[in-house]
Amino acid sequence: MGEVLVVTSGKGGVGKTTTTANLGTALAMMGFRVILMDTDIGLRNLDVVMGLENRIVYDLVDVTSGRCRLKQALIRDRRFESLSLLPAAQTKDKTAVNPEQMKVLCEELRQDVDYVLVDCPAGIEQGFKNATAGASQALVVTTPEVAAVRDADRIIGLLQADTEMRHPKLILNRYRPQMVKRGDMLDVEDVKEHLAIELLGIVPEDESIIISTNKGEPAVLNVNSRAGEAYRNISRRIVGEEVPLMDIEDAGAFMNRIRRLLGLRTG
Amino acid sequence: MLDLLQRILGRETSRASKNVATERLRLVLMHDRMDLTPQMMDSLRSDILKVITDYLEIDEANMEIAFHRDKGSIALVASIPVVKMKRLPTCM
Repeated sequence: MGEVLVVTSGKGGVGKTTTTANLGTALAMMGFRVILMDTDIGLRNLDVVMGLENRIVYDLVDVTSGRCRLKQALIRDRRFESLSLLPAAQTKDKTAVNPEQMKVLCEELRQDVDYVLVDCPAGIEQGFKNATAGASQALVVTTPEVAAVRDADRIIGLLQADTEMRHPKLILNRYRPQMVKRGDMLDVEDVKEHLAIELLGIVPEDESIIISTNKGEPAVLNVNSRAGEAYRNISRRIVGEEVPLMDIEDAGAFMNRIRRLLGLRTG
Repeated sequence: MLDLLQRILGRETSRASKNVATERLRLVLMHDRMDLTPQMMDSLRSDILKVITDYLEIDEANMEIAFHRDKGSIALVASIPVVKMKRLPTCM
């Protein structure tokens, strides 16, 4: 029986869908059985990022409303046998599903796989409640910006207050070591200190993400993509492997060490 | 000219932007997290009372506890009318 992980952030545009697609694909590459579920009803995107948009027949709302069986709605990825997608409905809205139905659905989904990755919509309303209802662990995605970290903090507070997910894990996305070095971007330590949850990994800003989204091929499939490498590392941490942060990921901590050595850092 | 110089020297101006972000983030999170639920406010109030009543007799009905927000800082301000001091055993 598998684990249900929800990928959430509060703020839109920080990389939830990219993260879901890449972690799911990386886990499937490692041989795990994975289902990706898009819960952004009315604004589905995960199908496009995965390159599966032309194969959708049924969607999540068709399943919860009994118009089709679960197996009929799951789209199997061509690249990996063990990877499938349950797409969101595009023509309905978030009220077409409720948290109770999502709980039941997640329970059914996890029967035959190792991981169910739930792509959560932006916001903290119904869509968020639906996406988190059936999950046992949350991955909070943020970027090193004030607005994104603030929303992540709010999400962490909601997860801890209203769900069983007391220990969400953090993914810091779109990190730019050069800007951090220049002092123009919040560094890893700043973000960690403010959010005070376990850091699962750092994904560098990388043009290859846009290229991979253009093609509908997750970046983890590209051996030369730095972001892809970061996502592969994160998925190894998800399954319990000890993987050190990559060089680029370590830039912030490294600078802090230097600054501390020079006595420039206080507190 | 000054701008160019600053850009060449880089450091001072650019380092500021991260520091500005950190400070703004600190404050905005403090504000956000301060939205304590009425239950949490009540339990804060009763915990404060518990400590104070060991030392003082106070007018509970007229006690006021609230957050005061100011630019750059937040304070927990309590106004607690004292009715009587308790006689404490002198220490040492």
